[in-house]
Parts: sequence; C-alpha cells; structure tokens
Amino acid sequence: MSRTGTPAMSRMQTLARNPAVIALTLALALAGCANKKNLPNNAGDLGLNGAGSATPGSTQDFTVNVGDRIFFDTDSTSIRADAQQTLDRQAQWLQRYPKYAITIEGHADERGTREYNLALGARRAAATKDYLSSRGIPANRLKTISYGKERPVAVCDDISCWSQNRRAVTVLGGGAGM
Amino acid sequence: MIRRSFLGLMMGGASVAALTSPAHALVEININKGNVEPLPIAITDFLSNNELGPQISQVIAADLQRSGLFAPVNRQAFIEKITDPGKAPRFEDWKAINAQALVVGRVSREGDGRLRAEFRLWDTYAGSQMSGQQFFTQPENWRRLAHIIADAIYERITGEKGYFDTRVVFVSESGPKTARQRQLAIMDQDGFNVRMLTNGKDLVLTPRFSPSRQEVTYMSFEGNQPRVYLLQLETGQREVVGNFPGMTFSPRFSPDGQKVIMSLQQEGNANIYTMDLRSRTTTRLTSTAAIDTAPSYSPDGGRITFESDRGGKQQIYVMGADGSGQSRISFGDGSYSTPVWSPRGDLIAFTKQSGGKFSIGVMKPDGSGERVLTSGFHNEGPTWAPNGRVLMFFRQAAGAGGPQLYSIDLTGYNEQLVKTPGYASDPAWSPLLE
Repeated sequence: MSRTGTPAMSRMQTLARNPAVIALTLALALAGCANKKNLPNNAGDLGLNGAGSATPGSTQDFTVNVGDRIFFDTDSTSIRADAQQTLDRQAQWLQRYPKYAITIEGHADERGTREYNLALGARRAAATKDYLSSRGIPANRLKTISYGKERPVAVCDDISCWSQNRRAVTVLGGGAGM
Repeated sequence: MIRRSFLGLMMGGASVAALTSPAHALVEININKGNVEPLPIAITDFLSNNELGPQISQVIAADLQRSGLFAPVNRQAFIEKITDPGKAPRFEDWKAINAQALVVGRVSREGDGRLRAEFRLWDTYAGSQMSGQQFFTQPENWRRLAHIIADAIYERITGEKGYFDTRVVFVSESGPKTARQRQLAIMDQDGFNVRMLTNGKDLVLTPRFSPSRQEVTYMSFEGNQPRVYLLQLETGQREVVGNFPGMTFSPRFSPDGQKVIMSLQQEGNANIYTMDLRSRTTTRLTSTAAIDTAPSYSPDGGRITFESDRGGKQQIYVMGADGSGQSRISFGDGSYSTPVWSPRGDLIAFTKQSGGKFSIGVMKPDGSGERVLTSGFHNEGPTWAPNGRVLMFFRQAAGAGGPQLYSIDLTGYNEQLVKTPGYASDPAWSPLLE
C-alpha cells in the first residue's frame, strides 16, 4: 500500500510555472461553471447559445458548437443514434485539435443504487471511449472516470429530468504530456 | 489498548458479582414475536451531586425507548423517591404505576477524577434484583457509560446482546444536489457526538467499519482517481488499498479484519477482489463481463454474498470465500442489490427495486423467506446493528432534498429517523465498542 502522497501538489507547482497552462485551467474552470448554470438539455440547445462567439478550437467552441455530452436510456450503455451524431462531431473536432487530453465522465441518474451506478457510469464512459476510439481518436488520449449518480445536472422528480443525468460528458484537458 | 486511547476511555469496571442475582424473573421480552408490546420500565434519576445523574438516566431511557421494546414510565407518576440505590425499593409503589421493571443508580466522582456509576435493575412483580453492575470511566465518556448500562438492561430483559454502545460512520451531505459536498462522519448510534472525518474537498462514499480495529475503509475521488482507502480513526492517517489499474470501489472488511474485499472496474466490467492487509496479496474472486459488486462476507468468513447483473439485471448471489460455487439466490420481481450478511448469519439484507419503488428487505442465505421491511420512493443501503436485530439505511424523497438515515426493527416495526446535522447517507454500524 502506498501512502497518499503529494503528486497533486507537485503537479500544481508544475502548472504554476507554465502561464499557458494556467490560462487553460482558468478557461476550463469557467466552462465548468457555465455548464452548471445553463443545464443544456441536449447538444442542439447549446448551438443556440452564443454560436460563433467562441474561438475556434477553444473548449467553449467544443462545448457550444460541437456538444460535449451524450445521453443514455435507462440502465443502458448503448450509444443511441443521436449520441452517435454528437460523438462523430466530437471525433472530427478532437482530430482537428489534437492538443487536448480528453476525460470522459460517465454519469447515472438517481434511480439506482450508489455502487452499481458507479459501475454503470464507468460502463457508459467506456462505451463512449470505445466509440470515439473507433472514430480515430487514439485511446491514449482518452481517460475515463465515473461519478455514478453523485453529480446530477438536473434536479427534479420525473423521468424527463432523470434522462438529462444519464450522460457521458467529454471534458477537455491540457495538452499532451500534462 | 488502541481503541481505548482513541476513545479516551478507561472502562476499568466490570460487573460486580456480589450485586448480581441469578436470572429467574417474570420480566422478559420475546423479541421474535413481531410487534411486541413495549415493556413499561421506570428509569429513575441516578443519584449524584450534579446534573450527570439525571442526564445518564435520560440517555438510558432514550436508548431503551428507541428500541421499541421498552416504554419508560412517565417520571411524574413516580411515587417512591429513591434515596439509596443500594437498598431494595418499595415494590408496591412501582407496581402501582405499572412499572414492571425499575432502574436505579448512582454516579459519583472517584478520588482520581474518574466517574463511578452503578445501577440495579429490579423486577418489581417478582420483587427481585435482575442485575447490578458498576463501571468506571473518564467524565467525558458519560454518554458511553449510559449506553453500556442501557445495553446491560436490554440484554438482561430480552436475552439478546444490546447495540447502544456503538457508533455509525456515514456520509454527511450538504449543499444543493447539483453541487453536493460529502464528508465522512462518525457519531454515536443515537446521533450524538458527531465528528467529521474528511474535509469535504473530495467526493467520499461507502464507509465501512473494521470489525477489529479503529479503522474505516471507504472510497474517495482524491486526485480524480476513485479508489479505496483505509482511514485510521485515532490518527487520521490514510492509505490507498492496493495498486489496481482502475477504479476500486465498494470496499468492506473480512470478519477477521485482515482483508478488504472490493470491486475493481476495468472498462465496462467490475469484478470482485480481496486484498490481504498484511501480505498485500490481491486475489480475484469473480471474472465476468458484468458488474459484480457490493460484496459482504458471512460472519464465519466462509461465504460471500454480492450483487451482479450477469443475468441481465442486478441480482444477489452467494459464493465461497475463494470465489467457488457462484449461485444466484434472488428470484423475486424486480432487481436486488447491496446484500449485507447479518452478524448472526441467518439473514441477508438488501435493497430491492420493483415497480418504481426502492425497498429494504431480508432473505435467508438460500434466497428463501424474503420479507420487505420498508418501501418507498428511495430506500437504500441497509447496515446491521451488531446484534442482528435492527437495520439502518438511508432514504431519499423525490426532488431537491437530500437523504436521511432511518433505523427499523427486523420485524419491520419501529421505523425511526436517525437525527444527523444535515443530509446523510451510506450508514455503516460499528461492532459493539470495547
């Protein structure tokens, strides 16, 4: 067993020496905030929201003009037809901008047990990774993480709402080697 | 030793043989009967020269009342005023107010600063003493003293071990659902003495007590690497369990405390592994293209129950501790998850999803005798009191609120909210403290 050490801290120090990375980190943080406030219902809605104002190749461009998330049916990990379109757009964009590392976050709705949903979110992230990989994104650019049902974006008590939480979100990280 | 230093407790006392009389009394509760009529019991203020006497009596009364098996008699009705707990009470005065059992006691300060507490339990109708014990402890542990006395009363009258001198580790939740902060927390089983164990920076889930040490295993997303950890309660020291190539989750201890059993996620599949904490050896127990998780050992360590969706949806399975003979035991409507083997070995508690509802239930280890104890929008994650008679779980209403902890008797009666400072989930009951 290893003691939990300080890799995170040493990475922060590395970041601090690199102004470009700091700027990128800030942009990511801002994009994260925007996501929470806007709660997009689907990728299409995002297109109405400031399309064209985002700098091509920016994380905002990806979120707004490409669509950073796909949705799943209840207890399913199949990539639906609408999700395939989103992922095809993502793959094209990610091939054009290879500087980004990619983390795919898998999520589940609240209508399941906690541990199973962690595994279900991981399955969704893995299915998304496999799809992007099949569209030419190198697997070593694609990390996955599952948050289970612990990070909902929509709060309500009906099926239409839960469907927004059953999602895989493609999150852009720093350049290769980060 | 370690346990004591963490608790700051010197429970030097033991039962005083001279105070105890043999056990043939009229007062008893058969707790296997279902919805029992609570036993009327008079719990008098312990004599003391400060507030501690009445406070200890209140904690004892609250414990016994919450069990659903006892009905403390209204103290306004008391006729006799106890002035010497060492002398036999006037039984007629207690029978007159229908108190079938009577608790008297005294708490005082020793020369070395410790508290000394003694109590006697009387059967008022038989006119005989059922129990008498004394304990010593540091003053700050006075609530534990009261819980230990409540356990002694519970055990003497029901014939079952008590569960009041125990703790619960859980996930304390705060903030809106879309940005929920989660901290590990520990409290006494009655909701007092809450202490946060993590600072809320990282997502933490599913704590479980070690059966033999002041130690908790849990899952943390520290550094965006979801993994299983060990946390020493005395020192706060943490360590990662194992070096696995993927998310580890759903940890529990083996009954001897020497292993952690957990799931390892690789791509779309989760399989069950153990890690020996001394040798660091890891062993793979399941090997399917499915989600195998929520493992729980039988109390003798010989078998493991777990959930798997290998058959299409979540169902409960049982296997040997070496992974042999994996067989499904749940066959009712819906899906079954989070199996937890009772400390008595006779039952497996579970979460069941059926007809849009989430229920807590129990079944025998062969899958027979399924009983649902409580059902609603969302009930999840049962944990057993160490005597195997009471379960705790968490319940969530629809919408924006958060989960809360509840306890329920094995019979399905006496459902009670367990008060916590905020929202709470993933309760795990400790063994009886020592």
